[in-house]
Amino acid sequence: MQSFRGVDYLLIDSQLDSQEHLVRQTAREFVEGAVIPVIRDAYREGRFPTQLIPELGRLGFLGANLEGYGCAGMSNVEYGLIMQELERGDSGLRSFVSVQGALVMYPIWKYGSDDQKNRWLPALHKGEAVGCFGLTEPDFGSNPAAMRTTAARDGADWVLNGEKTWITNGSSADVSLVWARTDSGIRGFLVEKGTRGYATSDIHGKMSMRASVTSSLSFADCRVPGAALLPGVSGLKGPLSCLSQARYGIGWGVIGAAMDCYETARQYTMLRKQFDDRPIASHQLVQEKLADMITEITKAQLLALHAGRLKDQGKLEPAHISMLKRNNAAIALDIARASRDLLGANGVTDEYPIMRHLCNLETVKTYEGTDHIHALVIGERVTGIAAYR
Amino acid sequence: MMKIVVVIKQVPARDSFLRVDPGGAWIQESDLNYEINEPDAYALEAGLQLKEKSGGEVVVVSTGPARVASTIREALAKGADRAIHIEQEDVAGAGPLATARVIASALETEKPDLILTGLQSDDFGYGQTGVILAELMGLPHATIIMNVEVNGASLRLKRELENGYFQHVEMPLPALLTMQSGSNKLRYATLMGIKKAKTKEVRTIAGVQPEGAGTSIRIERVYMPGSSKQSQIFDGPPREAAAKLVEKLKFEARVL
Repeated sequence: MQSFRGVDYLLIDSQLDSQEHLVRQTAREFVEGAVIPVIRDAYREGRFPTQLIPELGRLGFLGANLEGYGCAGMSNVEYGLIMQELERGDSGLRSFVSVQGALVMYPIWKYGSDDQKNRWLPALHKGEAVGCFGLTEPDFGSNPAAMRTTAARDGADWVLNGEKTWITNGSSADVSLVWARTDSGIRGFLVEKGTRGYATSDIHGKMSMRASVTSSLSFADCRVPGAALLPGVSGLKGPLSCLSQARYGIGWGVIGAAMDCYETARQYTMLRKQFDDRPIASHQLVQEKLADMITEITKAQLLALHAGRLKDQGKLEPAHISMLKRNNAAIALDIARASRDLLGANGVTDEYPIMRHLCNLETVKTYEGTDHIHALVIGERVTGIAAYR
Repeated sequence: MMKIVVVIKQVPARDSFLRVDPGGAWIQESDLNYEINEPDAYALEAGLQLKEKSGGEVVVVSTGPARVASTIREALAKGADRAIHIEQEDVAGAGPLATARVIASALETEKPDLILTGLQSDDFGYGQTGVILAELMGLPHATIIMNVEVNGASLRLKRELENGYFQHVEMPLPALLTMQSGSNKLRYATLMGIKKAKTKEVRTIAGVQPEGAGTSIRIERVYMPGSSKQSQIFDGPPREAAAKLVEKLKFEARVL
């Protein structure tokens, strides 16, 4: 296999400026040099490759599109290109970076106090601290408004009770941004590792996202100081605004996974010979699959790039992001399945990255707003009727 | 404190899709992606490491058309302090002597302590530009360098020889070294570095047309290696024809 050169059927690269090219190149070289050599074993062994965290920080990938606190202030297109390249490596790696940047650093940066920002943002940016985001609960995923976790005032402190689950980076996090119901609506709290009454346990037996830590968090009379409250936001719009950031990144990230599957399948079918000593790529059924895949990748690239340009102009709305996340995750999963098919039996082994991407993308289709929920967001936008209420 | 000049070249990316241009004398440039010449990337890495150890400045120099700006920017993003871009449209036609001359004249006012460049380019592979540049600038040079150590005003170098042998040499500064690939781990540009690169100085100088004997190279024809089919029929009595066939198969086709 030659090194990854990207997929660009429609000369979309010509729409990127030189800095965007350079940012993508750095992410691509990092993935090629540092991630690809270790990711298969990490996935097999079911562990996140923690040794990559300092380099992710040094290169500036954590909170890349934020300004200040050491962050590089990248544009949203540049941020998207980083996500794409990281997910070309593995969805678990991209998830780590998404959670740290979009779900922990972004809300602290946007809604945090100066003390919270100064304490956490530089450390999270450098990868010296890890964060997680606690919204989903055992009984409430798509409907976070019904969450059961509570935070009650007790003098100057807050006391948290409840359960969160499916939390990426949960047990490895130094700080957890937990959303809880209070008298004044849903609020965010920064709970530090080691706080009494706060415990984590990992979810085992995942057949997907194996190179990523996924945990449950429990809060049993967990007392945090008043300064742990995120002061700048109340209500569900707090966590939803974070999810918009992360979902935008997913819309780019999955293109990376799709490109890797497609490129692996394309190269394989050109080499694999079966009938009459001809490569299977010479057969019409194979070419149709490749044509479908490259067409869907190209459409996904255009969607992501346009969404990124809109976001940089401040015009990207959550309903746009729903289309980006839903479409791109779905086509990436379809492409992974078609690629697996083209590799025949070889497609199921981890000699090739396809089955790993395929299993990961099953998660990506569901997390951060399921395919169904995003369909309903789009449905609401075009009809004015909210079907999930 | 050293002033280090790193001479870099932008070349077609290694796995570019190659098609012969309709003129038949070059490849179609519209198909190409470009990247930094690999040995030059190692020269840059060596320069940046020396600067980190002993302080000073790294200046990158490159010749070529406007597209070379992206490779210069990459070098600045990785940590070079400033750059000189010698704008030259016809890189393919300028031979190593012409290229070395324009670089030498651009470096007249720089007075570097050390010049580093790759031992050859991945496109033409002449392997001469560096050593000719040393000669034009009146500097001693050493080639195929794997490792550089600076001891005051002298250098201790590791050179690669044939057959797995290495040679250690010492030489005085100022000097020019042509670097071998693979001797270091190349750094990635950080996002902050990429951002800072925008504000670093890039001095653009107009290149001059090569003049005089040996300065320009004209490519006659570029073509894909062809495979040809030849048929030969052996006449005569079967016994003789078979003997001739066996001889051909043994000594020409070498399949028996």
